[in-house]
Amino acid sequence: MDLLSWGEIILRMFGRFMPVWIALAVTFALSITFKRRLGLYGKLFDSPIGMVGFGLVMFWVFTGILGGGFDMILTHPVLEQSASMKNKVPGTPYTKMMGEAAEGAYPYYLLGGDNLGRDVFSRMVVGSWEVIKIAPFASLFAFMVGITLGLPAGYYGGRLDTLLSFLANLILAFPVILLFYLLVTPEIVLTGIPVYMAAVLFIFPIVFLVLLWNSRFHTQPKTRNIYVGITLVVGLWLYSGIAWNADPLGLIGFPPNLLVVFVAVVFVNSPTVFRIVRGLTMDIKTRDYVAAAQTRGEGTWYIMLWEILPNVRGPLLVDFCLRIGYTTILLGTLGFFGLGLSPESPDWGSTINEGRKLLSLYLHPALPPALRAAEPRSGAQPAGRRSARGKPARLSI
Amino acid sequence: MAKFILRRVGVMLLTALCLTFIVFFLTNLYPNLEKLAKTQGNFRMTDEEVASFLGRNGYLQPVPVKYGQWLGVLPGWTTEAGDGTLRGRCIDPDSPAEDAPRFCGILQGDWGHSTVFRTEVGGIIGDKLGLTGRLMLWVMLLMVPGALILGVLAGMREGSRTDRTLSTFAITTTATPEYVSGVLFIAIFASSAVGLKWFKGTATSAMENPTFENFFLPVLTIALYGMGYIARMTRASMAEVMTAQYIRTARLKGVSFPNIVLKHALRNALIAPFTVIMLQFPWLLNGVVIVETLFNYKGFGWTLVQAASNNDIELLLAVSVVSVIVVLVTQLISDIGYVYLNPRISVT
Repeated sequence: MDLLSWGEIILRMFGRFMPVWIALAVTFALSITFKRRLGLYGKLFDSPIGMVGFGLVMFWVFTGILGGGFDMILTHPVLEQSASMKNKVPGTPYTKMMGEAAEGAYPYYLLGGDNLGRDVFSRMVVGSWEVIKIAPFASLFAFMVGITLGLPAGYYGGRLDTLLSFLANLILAFPVILLFYLLVTPEIVLTGIPVYMAAVLFIFPIVFLVLLWNSRFHTQPKTRNIYVGITLVVGLWLYSGIAWNADPLGLIGFPPNLLVVFVAVVFVNSPTVFRIVRGLTMDIKTRDYVAAAQTRGEGTWYIMLWEILPNVRGPLLVDFCLRIGYTTILLGTLGFFGLGLSPESPDWGSTINEGRKLLSLYLHPALPPALRAAEPRSGAQPAGRRSARGKPARLSI
Repeated sequence: MAKFILRRVGVMLLTALCLTFIVFFLTNLYPNLEKLAKTQGNFRMTDEEVASFLGRNGYLQPVPVKYGQWLGVLPGWTTEAGDGTLRGRCIDPDSPAEDAPRFCGILQGDWGHSTVFRTEVGGIIGDKLGLTGRLMLWVMLLMVPGALILGVLAGMREGSRTDRTLSTFAITTTATPEYVSGVLFIAIFASSAVGLKWFKGTATSAMENPTFENFFLPVLTIALYGMGYIARMTRASMAEVMTAQYIRTARLKGVSFPNIVLKHALRNALIAPFTVIMLQFPWLLNGVVIVETLFNYKGFGWTLVQAASNNDIELLLAVSVVSVIVVLVTQLISDIGYVYLNPRISVT
C-alpha cells in the first residue's frame, strides 16, 4: 500500500471523528433551540465568538469521553508497539512486522508512529481523556476549598483573615514547579504525605455542602436532615474511597500517582481562588441586602452562602473557566517534566517531552499533542468571558 | 510609608523562614534522604549502609536542629570517624579541624555545599542568576514594549478590526504554554524537517556567547506567553480611558487623534499594566524553568530542576530563598509603584 496524501489523511481523520461531530451537532442543535430557557449558558449562543470557543472546548471534551472512555475514535491500542512503525511519517500503512500486513487492524497510522512505534493519532485522542478526567474536577475542588475558607476570611476579617491570607500568600510565593518537584515524586508518595493532604483537602466539599444545606434549611429540620444525611452518606463514602483508598464497598479507588497529581493541582490552585473570594466578599458585605439579612437575624453562614455567594457568581464563573484551562497547562507541565503520571501515559505533556528529543529529525510525534494542548485553552477563554456578560464581571483580587 | 515598607519586609522574612522550613522538611523526609545517599554513594547500598552514610554526614539529626544549623543559629554537627579524624558541617576537609568556625549557616554567609555540582552553593547561585538575568533582560526588552504597543493599538479604537485581530493574537499567545510554543518554534525554525534552520534549537552556546541566532528562540518563547496577558490588560485599561470625559473634551477641542492617544490617554492607561508587569515576574520564573530545560540553557531554572530531581538539599534551599525574594520584592515594588502612579490610592 502507498503512503496517504495529506488530503486523504485529513479526510480519514474527519471520518474517525464522526461520533464527535454527531455529538457536537446534537449539543448545538438542542442548545440553540432552547437557548432562551437556559439562562447564562444560553447566552453563550448569542455571540459567534462564544459559540466558536464553546465548540472548541466541547470538541475535546467529546473526543476525550468517546475516545478515552468508550474506545470509539482510536485506530490502534495506545500502548501497542510495532517494530516496523518507528518514527514513520503520517499516513504510513500499518504493518505489525516488517513487510507483513496486519489482519483486521486499521490499515494506516494516520499521524505517524512515535519512537517506540506507537500510533500518534490514538495517543493524542486518549491524551485528551487524561486531561478531561483531572482538570475540571481539580478546579472544582480548588473552588470548594477556596470558597469555604475565603468567605469567612472576607466576612469576619481580623485575625482569621490575617492567618489565612498569610498561609495563602505562603503557597503563592512558592514557584509552582518547585512545589511540584517537592510534592509529586515517588519518594513523597512513599511517606504518605499526599494521602494526608488529600484527607484535608477533600473534606472541604463535604463541609461546604453540609454548611450550605444546614444554613438554608435549619428551620425545617425534616428537609435539613434529608439533605445533610444524603450529603454525608454519599460524601463520606466517596471520601473514604478517594482520599484513604478504604472504600467499605470496594467500588471506588484512586491510583496513588494520580492522587498525588490531583492533590498537588488542587493545592496550587486554591490559594488564588481564596484570594478572589475573599476580595469579593469584602466588597459585597457592605451592601444593603447583607445589612438587611443581618437585621433579620440570619445566621452568618446563611448570609455568606445564600446572600453573598450567589452575588459573586459572575467573576467566579469567569475564573472557573480560565482555571480549567490553567489546570490543563499545569498538567502538561507536570507531564513535560516527567512528574506524576506513569511514563507510559499518553497525556499530552509527556508525549510532547518524548517527542521533542527527536524533534530536529522527526516532527510528527510532538506536534499534534502540542497543538492540541494549546487548543482547549484558547477555546475556554472566549467561552468563559462570554458566559459572564451582563453580570458585573469585576475581578478584584 | 517607611512603616509600611518595614512591615512588608517583616512579613517577607517570616514568609521566607516558613517557606524554607517547608522545603527543608520535605527534602529531609527519609525516602528522599535515602535517594540522596544512593546517588552520592552507589545505587546498590543496603539499608544499613544507607543509615550509616546518613549518620556519618549528619543527616539523621532531628529536622529543627538541622534547620538551625543551616540558618547558623546552632553550632554545626561534628562526628568522629574510626581513625580519630573529625568530620563536620563547618570543617573543610583540606584545612585542620581546629580552625573551623563553630557556626556556619546562611547568617554567617555560608550557603552550604551542593551535592550535585560538588562546589559551594553561593558560587553556583551567583553564576546561574547572572545567566538567567541576561535571559530575563532580553525577555523584558522584547515583551514590555511589544505588549504595550499591542495593547494601546488594540485599545484606542475598541471593537475595530485592528482591535479584534490583535486581541485574537493576544489570546492565542497566552493560551499557548511555553512547552508548546517552544516545541513549535524549534520545529519550524530549527529542525531539518522543515528546513528553515534560521535559528539554533539549543541555547547552550549562548551561555558564553549569546548571538541572535542561538538566543532569540528562548527569549521569544518566554516573551510571547507573558505578552498576551499584559497586552490584554493594557487594552482594557486603554479602552476605559478612551471613554473618559476629558478625552471627549479633547476631541471636541479638535486635538488630532495621535495627540489624544499619546498625550492625553497613554499615561493614565499605563497604571494598570505596570502592576501586571511586576506581578508577571513570578510567572516568568516558571516559564524560565521550562524554557531553560527545553533549550538546555544552564541558568537558574535549569539548576532548580537539577537540584530538585537529585534532592540536593542545600542548593534547593538557596534556590527557593532566591525565588521567594524575587516574588515578594516584585509584589512590594508593584504596591509602592502603584501609589506613586495613582495619587488616589494611599497605603496608610
